[in-house]
Amino acid sequence: MSDWIVIRRPELLNTRFVFATQDHGRKLITALSAETEKYGIRTGTTVADAKAIVADLEVFDDKPERAEKLLKAIGNWCIRFSPIVAVDLPDGLILDVSGCTHLWGDEQDYLREIHTRLRDKGYHIQLAMADTIGTAWALSHFAKHPTVMESGQQLHALLSLPAAALRLEAGTLQRLQKLGLNQISSFINMPRSVLRRRFGEELLLRLSQALGIEEESIIPIQVIPPYQERLPSLEPIRTAKGIEIAIQLLLEQLCKRLKEEGIGLRNARLTSYRIDGRIITTDIGTNRPSHHIHHLFKLFELKIQSIEPALGIDLFVMEATKVEPISPEQEVLWAGDLGLNNQGLTELLDRLTVKLGNDVIHRYLPAEHYWPERSLRIAASIHEKAASGWRSDRPRPTQLLRHPEPVEVTAPIPDYPPMLFRYKGNVHHIKKADGPERIEREWWLEHGEHRDYYQVEDEDGQRYWIFRSGHYQGEKGSRWFIHGYFA
Amino acid sequence: MDTQSKKDIYDQLQKEILLLQGIKPQSEGAATIKGLGPILSAFPNAVFPSAAIHEFIIDSREQAAASGGFIAGLLAALMQHSGIAMWISVSRQLFPSALKPFGLEPDRMIFADLKREKEVLWTMEEALKCDGLNAVIAEVQQISFKQSRRLQLAVEQSRVTGIILRNQTEKLSATASNARWKISPLPTVPEQGMPGLGFPRWQVELLKVRNGNPGSWQVEWAADEFYTLPIQKQVSALHAEQRKTEQRKTG
Repeated sequence: MSDWIVIRRPELLNTRFVFATQDHGRKLITALSAETEKYGIRTGTTVADAKAIVADLEVFDDKPERAEKLLKAIGNWCIRFSPIVAVDLPDGLILDVSGCTHLWGDEQDYLREIHTRLRDKGYHIQLAMADTIGTAWALSHFAKHPTVMESGQQLHALLSLPAAALRLEAGTLQRLQKLGLNQISSFINMPRSVLRRRFGEELLLRLSQALGIEEESIIPIQVIPPYQERLPSLEPIRTAKGIEIAIQLLLEQLCKRLKEEGIGLRNARLTSYRIDGRIITTDIGTNRPSHHIHHLFKLFELKIQSIEPALGIDLFVMEATKVEPISPEQEVLWAGDLGLNNQGLTELLDRLTVKLGNDVIHRYLPAEHYWPERSLRIAASIHEKAASGWRSDRPRPTQLLRHPEPVEVTAPIPDYPPMLFRYKGNVHHIKKADGPERIEREWWLEHGEHRDYYQVEDEDGQRYWIFRSGHYQGEKGSRWFIHGYFA
Repeated sequence: MDTQSKKDIYDQLQKEILLLQGIKPQSEGAATIKGLGPILSAFPNAVFPSAAIHEFIIDSREQAAASGGFIAGLLAALMQHSGIAMWISVSRQLFPSALKPFGLEPDRMIFADLKREKEVLWTMEEALKCDGLNAVIAEVQQISFKQSRRLQLAVEQSRVTGIILRNQTEKLSATASNARWKISPLPTVPEQGMPGLGFPRWQVELLKVRNGNPGSWQVEWAADEFYTLPIQKQVSALHAEQRKTEQRKTG
C-alpha cells in the first residue's frame, strides 16, 4: 500500500510515512514505507509510539478495505499472466500458472517478467513459484530471491524456513517459539499425534497443504463464467406450453453463446424453481456435442412431462454441465452420407437415450475371444471402428441362447453328435451334423470344461448348435447343451 | 400382333393404376436383390418395396433363426455395404456375429434393447422417422391396425425399410403392412458326396402382398447370395430327401 501512495504522490519516495487506522481509541499502523521500517517500526505499532521514534512521521488515514481493493486491482491486471488469480489477504496474490509459463519462455522468464512489470509500475514484490500454494507462500515471504521450486521438492524447500512460513496463527507460533522450534526442520519429523496434541489441528493442516498432501483451493477473482442462462418470469408459469417457451428461449441464448465459441454441449441441466420452494432438475445428454437448438429442444420436450409446475415456476436456469468443441461444419460435409456420422441418426439416439435410459442402445464390435459369450464387446462410442474384422469362417447361430440349456441325449458316440436329443419336451432326430469345433475355455479368465460344438439338423430341417461339455465319458457321463439356432 | 399390343395396353393400364394407388415405379438406385428374382416378381413393378413395412410371422425359435438369416441377407443387399440399421427388441437373442456370413457387418447394426414391451412401437416410430437409418427391425408382440398405419406413414416420409417380427401368432390382427412373410427352415442338401450340412435353405412364403401375388418359394443362401430354387428342382429335391429318409428307415 505504501507503494501505491508513492506512485500517486512521487514526492513521498524515500520519506517516512505510515498508514494508520483507528482501533479501540488508539491508532495502529497498518502499512509503512521502507524508510520508516529502518527505525524498527512494524505494522501493529501504535502511531504514538512511532511518533516518539520518528518525529517527522507523516500519518495517512487508512480506509478499511483499501488494501483489498488495491490487491484486487493488481490481481485483475495480473490476469494477463494467468486466468486464475486469487487475492490472498492481507498482502498477497495467488496465481494458478499451470500451462501459462511456456508462453513467456520458461518459468524463470515468467517470474522475471511479472517482477519487472510490477517494479516498473512502482510496486515492490516478492515472488515464488511452487507446486503447492503453501510452499509458494512460504518461499515468497521468507526466501531471499524470487525462486522457482523444482517439482516435488516441497519438503526440501521448507526445511530451512521459519515456522511462520506455514501461515500459522499467532498463538500457535508463540507456543512453537517458546519450545524453541523456530525452524520447520525442527518439528516436521515429529509424530503427527504429538504435533496435534501440542499445537492443534491447524499446524498439521498447514503442513499437509504445504507438502501437497491436502488439497487447497482458491477463489479466483474472475470466475470463468459457466455456460448458464437464467430466465425469471413475472407471473409463475404453470402450463406445459409456458415451460416449452421458457426452454426455447433459454436454449436460444445458450446455443448462441456456444456457437460463438465453437463448442457444443454434451450434458445440460434445466433447473426450475417453484414458488413453493421446491427445485426440479431435468437433465439431458447427447452422443455428440451439439448446439442445435431444435434438437436440444426435442430432448427437453421428452422430459417436460416430468416437470410438475404445481403452483407455478418463477425461475428457470439452463446450464451446460459438460461441453466439448465441435468440429465446424462437419454436418455439411456428411449431410449426404448414410453412415454413423449422420446427424439425424445421432439425434435419434439422443432422443432414445433420454427417453428410455442409458443402457438401451448397444453396438457391438468383435472381441478377440473364441468363447462365444465373450466374442463380442460393446462399442464405447457410436463412432468406434472395429480393430479387427468380423470373422465368418466359423459357423455361428443367428439365435444364441443367453445361457446354454441342458438337453437329454441318447446313444452318444465319441466324436459324433448323439442320434437324437430332447429339448423342452420335443425330440429331435439328428439327420446331418457338422463338427466338432472344439472351443477351449480361456484358462487365464476362468476354469472349467472345454466345449465340443456340433452344428446339427433334425428331420424337419431345423438347425441347432449343441455342444458336449468336456470329453466323451461313455453312455451316461457326458453332459450336452443347446446353445443356439442356425438360420 | 393384335394380342401383343393388347398386352402392352394392359401393362400400361396396370402401371397407371399402381401410380394412382400411390406406388411409384422406383427410381434408379433402387436396390435389386440378387437371386430373389422370382419372389420380387410377386411385388408391384417387380421391385422390392424398400420404403414399406414388412411383417414376418414367427411361430418358433427355429423360424426366428431362419428369419434372422433371411433378413440379414435382405438388408445386406439393400444397404450395399453402407448405411445403418436398427434392431429393436425386449429380449433379444439375435447373435450379432451371425450377421456377417449373410453379408451384413454387425457393427452397422445398432441394437436397442428395451426394458418394456410398450416402448417398442414408440421407438420404432421414432426410428422410422429418421432418414439416417436404412432399415428398422422390431420384435413386436402385438400391433393394432392403427399402430401399423402410423408406422406406414412414417416410412412413406423417410423411405426407411421397416420390418416387424411378430412373435404372437395365435390371433393375427390385420395391419397396414405391405407384405407378410413367413420363413421356415428346410433340410439342407450337401454337395454331392459330402458329409455334413449344406447351405442354409428356407421355405419363403409371401402370405400377403399389397397389389401383388402371394406365393411360396424355396430359397438357399449360397456363396454370399440368395438362390431361388426352380420349382421343378424344389419338388425333386424334396422327393430326393423323402426317398433318402425312407431308405434310411428301411435300411
